[in-house]
Amino acid sequence: MKIGLYGFLFTMWVLIIVGGGILVKIVGPFSISGSGDFNLLFTSILKAIIAIIFVIIWILVLSKLKNWVFKKEIKS
Amino acid sequence: MTELIIPAIVSCIIAFFTVYVSTPPLIKFLQKRNLAVKDMNKIDHIMVVRPGGPSIISGIIVSELVLYEFFHTNEILVIIITSFIAFVIGYVDDRKVMGGWFKPIALVIASIPIILLGTYDSNLSFPLFGTVQIPILYLGLIVFMIPITGNTINSIDVLNGVASGFMIIASFSLSIVLFILQNYEMVIISLPLGFVSLAFYKYHKIPSKIFPGDSGALTLGAMYGVIAIVGHVEIIAAVALLPAIINSFLFLSSMKQIVEHRQIKGKPVEHTEDFKLKATNDKTAPITLVRLILAAGPLSEKQVGYAIFKLAIFSGILAIITAFMMRMSI
Repeated sequence: MKIGLYGFLFTMWVLIIVGGGILVKIVGPFSISGSGDFNLLFTSILKAIIAIIFVIIWILVLSKLKNWVFKKEIKS
Repeated sequence: MTELIIPAIVSCIIAFFTVYVSTPPLIKFLQKRNLAVKDMNKIDHIMVVRPGGPSIISGIIVSELVLYEFFHTNEILVIIITSFIAFVIGYVDDRKVMGGWFKPIALVIASIPIILLGTYDSNLSFPLFGTVQIPILYLGLIVFMIPITGNTINSIDVLNGVASGFMIIASFSLSIVLFILQNYEMVIISLPLGFVSLAFYKYHKIPSKIFPGDSGALTLGAMYGVIAIVGHVEIIAAVALLPAIINSFLFLSSMKQIVEHRQIKGKPVEHTEDFKLKATNDKTAPITLVRLILAAGPLSEKQVGYAIFKLAIFSGILAIITAFMMRMSI
């Protein structure tokens, strides 16, 4: 049980680092051009949407992982 | 760096002794006014006074004001203001039980001074991969960060000494992280949080003489959040807080809504005949960190507290490793 909790914690940490890598290397350099003064605004909004989608995916992955790791313990 | 040693020592001593000295009179005052709740995990009918928030916030304000005399930075002002707003929000909830949405929404107000005083950097730093500039998104992160840190610490305040003990480990981990990143001024500004928690733990540890209440837990959590933002260690601060985040995540994912713990009918934990804690099979009860720790079998309140502290130390070590990884790039 305790190993399950430590494993879950460690996996969350790994997901944070991997998610950060995706954000910095893929989402970070992304920019929109051709909208004049609104370029920065549109780029930020798009980055925000992508980041929110990533957070939702992160939560879904953790939910699945939680069910997988703790299934036996929760039922017991 | 040597010029920082005196403010560091003075503020830490003041932070510790303000709470250490002010808590006993606060306990007597609360006893006289009969502001006590039953300690649910004791075999005898033991009443414990609450809230300890006033002594916690006084320790924070006095020590940070002393630091302000040395440094005159907006970062210190914003820590004082944000922590105080969180304290007021918590105190309102201590005196009058509010709905589940009250604290998360009200704590957004506590994050506003950070934006108004401009004490943030919209470059979000990640280990190994560097930084990403997210000017608009970062404002959203500030607005979410304080409610999240405040409520996660509040949600872990379920057993004697756990909230303050957890905060000692998390805040000192954060101070070590700031030291590794050579942000020495922020190290000193962050230290009072650990010393305030340490002094309060003296009275909060099992068997508790006082509970922090919402005012105490939200103050500690909000101060932790604002240090993470003004110290530019948002990601690492989240890592150090992972056991509390897991607790909130498990709770929300099982309840599917934000709900005040007093409104939950199902019990996640019950007592054995010798009054050890035991996980229930109640499907309507939320899944919590304590329930998962107890899934292997009944434990005493003290043993569960130590299990949470071990998880906090593990995540503190991960936070320190993350700080070293910040200095590498791939």
